[in-house]
Amino acid sequence: MAPIEELEKAYLAARDDPAFQSELGELLRAYAGRPTPLYFAKRLTESLGGARLWLKREDLLHTGAHKINNCLGQALVARRMGKRRIIAETGAGQHGVATATVCALLGFECVVYMGEEDMRRQRLNVFRMRLLGAKVVSVSSGSRTLKDAISEAMRDWVANVADTYYLLGSALGAHPYPMMVRDFQKVIGEEARRQILEGEGRLPDAIFACVGGGSNAIGIFHAFLPDTSVELIGIEAGGRGEAMGEHAARFRGGAPGVLQGACSYVLQDDDGQIALTHSVSAGLDYAMIGPEHAWLHDRGRTQYTTASDAEALEAARLLSRAEGIIPALESAHAVAEAVRRAPAAKGKVFLVNVSGRGDKDIDIYRENFQELDQP
Amino acid sequence: MTRIGLMFDGLKRDGRKALIAYLTAGDPAPDRTPALVEALVRGGADLIELGVPFSDPIADGPVIQRAGERALKAGTSLKTVLSIGAQIRERSETPLLLFTYLNPVIRYGLDRLARDASAAGIDGCLLTDASVEEAADYAAAMHRHGLDTVFLAAPTSTPRRLKLVAQYSTGFVYLVSRTGVTGERDSLSDAVAPLIRAMRAVTDLPLAVGFGVSKPEHVAELGRQVEAVVVGSALVRLIERNLDNSSLEIQLESFVRELKRGFGARA
Repeated sequence: MAPIEELEKAYLAARDDPAFQSELGELLRAYAGRPTPLYFAKRLTESLGGARLWLKREDLLHTGAHKINNCLGQALVARRMGKRRIIAETGAGQHGVATATVCALLGFECVVYMGEEDMRRQRLNVFRMRLLGAKVVSVSSGSRTLKDAISEAMRDWVANVADTYYLLGSALGAHPYPMMVRDFQKVIGEEARRQILEGEGRLPDAIFACVGGGSNAIGIFHAFLPDTSVELIGIEAGGRGEAMGEHAARFRGGAPGVLQGACSYVLQDDDGQIALTHSVSAGLDYAMIGPEHAWLHDRGRTQYTTASDAEALEAARLLSRAEGIIPALESAHAVAEAVRRAPAAKGKVFLVNVSGRGDKDIDIYRENFQELDQP
Repeated sequence: MTRIGLMFDGLKRDGRKALIAYLTAGDPAPDRTPALVEALVRGGADLIELGVPFSDPIADGPVIQRAGERALKAGTSLKTVLSIGAQIRERSETPLLLFTYLNPVIRYGLDRLARDASAAGIDGCLLTDASVEEAADYAAAMHRHGLDTVFLAAPTSTPRRLKLVAQYSTGFVYLVSRTGVTGERDSLSDAVAPLIRAMRAVTDLPLAVGFGVSKPEHVAELGRQVEAVVVGSALVRLIERNLDNSSLEIQLESFVRELKRGFGARA
């Protein structure tokens, strides 16, 4: 408890310090590439013949996803706290790469915990982290994926808290993490709100974002929470079936519970053991949804639905061909739901958060589109 | 007063200290646990912590993680652990403390757990990952059914938290010898002496120290400062190394006896 109390204090002080905000703003602009464009997807809109589709291009950020927003913010907090070592967990490797990147930028020692299984699936990102100077530690306990990497990072943190900062990558874990990660990601929605008002002259009717832990979704939703005419739609991983273990649809298959310091909807069995999950997209493959999403869901402000592995893959191919944008598999889940609803929504304006680019998923796309991979 | 309080009172009268032994219930299988507990008690364990296996044990090191995996694989649930507790209670009056993560408890139901644990002859409960700030309902449910609630205090705990730990703990207070997870260590941290002093200032309850205890010398060192010493990973490791060895119970018994001799040792 003491480490998170210390963190909360340090974060709140940083948040209210104009010098901190101005340094972060400058790094986001000059280093990460903010603001990201809001792009009108003309060909996709025409081919669907319904809603007008706008894409928030977080995929254009440095390191290829929205993760860098949070990493820059938290690394500056770590520096203020006088820490010299940063640790992180990663699933697909995007948060690990973003953490390794900011550690190189700001001169921190960096250790990234990654499940053995994920290291095997995402070899390129493991190499990328090492090239950036990070140490990648393989986690062989439990399911050997993201959930176990988080547990291992927490164990490291409680043992080394004096000099170590735990840079958690999603809107998960114990307070203040969900609040802090949201604050560092809410820039997505603040920009998008301004940009859509410029582009369309009005607010969108619906916003679509994929939800693993939920950082990109809470980031784009947050600025629109008071705009009650705007539907906020989170898309979870429907995976490959309805049975427990085949998906990561926490609102459909989960129940309230406590995991890794947070209380939210979690996939679990009747004995309260956390369930295994599946998604073709490693970034959505996690048993708990961020607690603020649970709170918004229970108040009826946000809705959640799912896209299956197959629907996400198909949406990725569609977006690639219609717009020349290969999305991350995570983001493809959001695209899939927008595409599903668009034809029946003539006159509506949809905004989709393309939270990351698909470079990291090329091997999975190759496996699934074998007809494109012939000599 | 539960068996835990009676035990500490008795030891105090005799000028003795308690050795608390942890094992993961259901490791390697639920039907093995009662015999393993009996061996611990024969060796001189004064209180048994029955660990409830959990899929995501963030407070535990690799040894207890693996024990939990074995127990889960063998089909152990919180319900199973309660029935193991009842079996032990049929043959022994040794105090039993349930040692569990919060999620299985939420799923089982607080009141239902308090009722069923009490009926099984269990004396108290420790939640590893519940913060004392949110403990009021839990403690009330347990106390209604006559169960003790033991809370953890760590070297990093603030004075405000130590007061809350004192307020909600009954039976004894569990001090964590150092920051980090469970597991054996060569030497014990210097951090524990100030923690003992700080905790004494806010409670009259007996104090137990755990995390990292694996040798008679540790027991000797801590036994001079607190009422009880907890040993966990070292026992679980012995179990792990002798899963199919028919001498496991004898080895456990003699290891506990050796640890307990630490209390008699002069430094």
